[in-house]
Formats: sequence, C-alpha cells, structure tokens
Amino acid sequence: MSNQRSISAYVTIKEGRVIYNNTVLFELPDAPPASFFNDLYNALHINYPKFFKMDNLCKTVFLATEILLKNISLLNKYKPGEIGIVFSNANSSLDADIRYYQSSLQAPSPAFFVYTLPNVAIGELCIRHGIKGETACFVFDIFDSVFQAWYTDTLVDDCNTKACISGWADFYDGKFEAFFYLLDLTGDKLNIQHNSENLDKIYNNPWKS
Amino acid sequence: MATLKKEIFEQLNLQHIKPEDVAYDQPLFVEGLGLDSIDALELIVLLQQKYGIKLANPAEGPKIFYSIKTMAEYITAHKKQ
Repeated sequence: MSNQRSISAYVTIKEGRVIYNNTVLFELPDAPPASFFNDLYNALHINYPKFFKMDNLCKTVFLATEILLKNISLLNKYKPGEIGIVFSNANSSLDADIRYYQSSLQAPSPAFFVYTLPNVAIGELCIRHGIKGETACFVFDIFDSVFQAWYTDTLVDDCNTKACISGWADFYDGKFEAFFYLLDLTGDKLNIQHNSENLDKIYNNPWKS
Repeated sequence: MATLKKEIFEQLNLQHIKPEDVAYDQPLFVEGLGLDSIDALELIVLLQQKYGIKLANPAEGPKIFYSIKTMAEYITAHKKQ
C-alpha cells in the first residue's frame, strides 16, 4: 500500500531557513530561537495568542504545521477522528524539563510544568486544528524515516486515518529543526512517493527534493 | 497598580497585547484578557513569590483575580509587613 501513496506537502525548518515544498519560504539565519519564532509567527500573519505561552518545542511544531496546513482545510472533507498526527524527536521535552527544574529552585512554574511532556505538542496541534484522530509521539536518537513511514502508513491502513501530519521536530540547547509532511488520501499530491528513501531525501536536502 | 500590571505581564509572558491597552478594572479572564487556568496558577505563584501571600481559600480566586484592581486591593489587604 505505502508505495502507492504520495506526500501532499512538506515543510522543513532548519538552520534558520523554512522550506515549503521545495521553496524557501522564510529565512532568518543566525537568529536566536525567540526572534526566529516571533518573526516567523508575524510573517505568517497568525493570530493565536496562546503561541506566546508555548515552550520552544511546541512553537517549532506549531509553526511548521501552520505552514503545512496553510492552504489546506482537512476538516472540510474529513471528520476530526480521521485526521492523525505522528511526531518524533530526539530530545523529548528536555528543554522544557530544564526550564521547569530551574523555576522549581525558586517557585515551580505551572506554565513551564504543562510542557514537560513531548506529546503536549500534539495536543497543541489538536486544539489548534480540531484534530481528534490517532496520535503518537516517539523518541529516537535520530530521524528514523523507516519507522516514520511505516507507522504513518499503519495509521492509514489500520486505523481509519484519512490524513496524517507526520514528522520530526526537535529543540534543545537553542538548536531546533522540524520536518513535517502531510499524507492526505484525497488531496493534491506532490510527485513524491511516501517511503523512507524519500523522507530521508527531504529531511537531508529539502530544497532539492 | 502599575507595578502589579508589569509583574502580571512578565509572569504570564503576555506578548499579544500591550500593557497600556489593559485597563486596571478590565476582567482578566474569559471576555477580558482571555487568561486560562494555567494563568490562574501563575497568578497564585506571583502572589506567593512577590508578596508572600498564600491563597487560603481557592474559592475566593475568581473574586481576587477578576482584574488588576481587585488583585491590588487583595494584596494591599493581605501583604505581609
């Protein structure tokens, strides 16, 4: 089944550059994360005050998904339960964990505490986009394209998932990156088949895919 | 109250609105600034951290945290000397 599916869209955020479907959408090299996130948020003309309260991992995931779904209305054709999310990363919620630990030395911050799990990022996406389907969050040393493709296909094959936001997003020690793609069974498709080889190609060279 | 407003903006990391656009008697939650339950916890932390006030009765929360003005009145009445 998987070799018959194609990716509908993808977005990468890496080294201060945002690439959407082979096109550089936004660049702010060498900017600190806070500046990069705020400038990208403003460039996308988003009005979502909760963004400013999110931890760095959630901001990374949130912005990547805003771009990925900018021109796509999944809820117009699918039920909320038919849209899934599969997300993986290397450093889990460590950035938020450290911030919370540091705050706890004086007064533990509830605002930091609520982000001390990586799957909270999925929750933020579900709230923002009205998604109620299958979701999963995994932690690997590096981006595992074989697992990512297999698990995403499994949701489609076995779990009544018609569209799936899938990918990788990591934030730790000021460094961050994201690679998210959309598998949409009835949507427009790129000429990129959904398999591990292509996921690796996009992840490593998004502007050449 | 200006100091308290500044502290609230810092504690809650409010970036989508300017302090000068928020009136002292404006509701903080729901129809006002749109704060949520986590923000309420942060305000409780602020009271403890900055003013040494521990909220004795959580049921009083909605009244105390209704606006910057009501918070300031509560702090004035309960601040440890």
